[in-house]
Amino acid sequence: MLENYLPILIFLSVALALGLLMLSLGFLFGRGSKTEAKLSPYECGFDPFEDARIPFDVRYYLVAILFIIFDLEIAFLFPWAVSLNKIGIAGIMAMGIFLLVLVIGFIYEWKKGALEWD
Amino acid sequence: MDEFLTILFDFLPPESIRFVVPFMKIIILLVALILGAAFLVFFERKVIAFMHQRIGPNRVGPKGWFQSFADVIKLFIKEVIVPSNADRFLFLTAPLLSLIPALAAWAVIPLNETFIIADIDAGILYLLALTSFSVYGVILAGWASNSKYAFLGAMRSAAQMVAYEIAMGFALVGVLMAGGSLNLGDIVAAQSGGILHWFWIPLFPLFFVYFISGIAETNRHPFDVAEGESEIVAGFHVEYSGAAFAIFFLAEYVNMLLIATLTSIMFLGGWESFFAGSNYLMNTSLEFLMEPSILWLAVKVSFFLFTFFWLRASFPRYRYDQIMKLGWKVLIPITIIWIGVEGVMFLANVGPWKVA
Repeated sequence: MLENYLPILIFLSVALALGLLMLSLGFLFGRGSKTEAKLSPYECGFDPFEDARIPFDVRYYLVAILFIIFDLEIAFLFPWAVSLNKIGIAGIMAMGIFLLVLVIGFIYEWKKGALEWD
Repeated sequence: MDEFLTILFDFLPPESIRFVVPFMKIIILLVALILGAAFLVFFERKVIAFMHQRIGPNRVGPKGWFQSFADVIKLFIKEVIVPSNADRFLFLTAPLLSLIPALAAWAVIPLNETFIIADIDAGILYLLALTSFSVYGVILAGWASNSKYAFLGAMRSAAQMVAYEIAMGFALVGVLMAGGSLNLGDIVAAQSGGILHWFWIPLFPLFFVYFISGIAETNRHPFDVAEGESEIVAGFHVEYSGAAFAIFFLAEYVNMLLIATLTSIMFLGGWESFFAGSNYLMNTSLEFLMEPSILWLAVKVSFFLFTFFWLRASFPRYRYDQIMKLGWKVLIPITIIWIGVEGVMFLANVGPWKVA
């Protein structure tokens, strides 16, 4: 059973090796001089004004939280969808109620304006 | 070829075969993917050039066919610059984190009935996990660069990818309900038959949503605010140069190939022929057109790749708030409603799926 997953492990290591190979080839062939101006962060020709790690809008954080809720919901739907023809009407109804609760939550956050960007 | 393999297998110790066979398949697939990505760049430039009434690249090799190889050589002899304020370790890890999931996702994708690297039962779950991973590459690149453009690009694209991933996941749930399996090979088998048997008809809204979310996931036009040239220069990879940039570039094009292939497999019957089961072609000289073949998959994938470029040449870039609105307020409700509709169709026994 777990045997089937061995090729994935091999693939991940080959992909890692390929990425490292590409990076090291770049360091090997791409030699150049390093000047202060070249190594400073790009800011349209200015010297950078301040550190780039500035505070950012809290909405991005909100989107991340909403994402977790919905992604979990999808993870719950996966096994249900696969076994759909074994669980009968009761199973479909149960998931219908679950989805209904989540849709109510979705409508609530919509009305509260959590999805607005202006 | 078979003789060569027999000799090779006799020569190798028996325990090593389970490592050697997948390894050889992986190398074949990787070579195909990298060449595919190289020619995809050329294809994109040519398609867009013709849509703009230009000729496009035509200097390197016959009719410009070797343009991408010249670009690769150029990128590799450029200096890799690590900015002085950057977090050096994360800065160099980020391209790897976007390349590895883009490549490794191909492990579970069948290209015809027999060619698959890892035939696992949890195929789609694995795909969902790996496509989520590509957000890390983007956000780490933006944060580690310590540059304002990179940071803004990373924040934007992380929020965008996360939002469209939900629509994508719901569309996958719809496919699972119709296909009854997480294994992509079984999903294609569930669509066996001609063009009218494929899932794009009963799942049309999901097909649409999936492809649009795929474009947004890969940060392509018209959703490319992550790297909108006119606003934030190049977004999350503004500080990357040379080989590190080449890795991001390769990952982006491999991801496009992945989205196009997945859309073909899940909604357009994968390697099934358009004419399978057609009465008109039966017993004629064109009967070979009814056979399933990897070439049919190639035709479908090429169509979706062309659509990527077609959209890029046709539409202006979306504004950021419009992108988020489209994702949350249009695509997600459509998918939730269609899952409900599918449930009702299931109960009423309408549609291609079977109730046991």
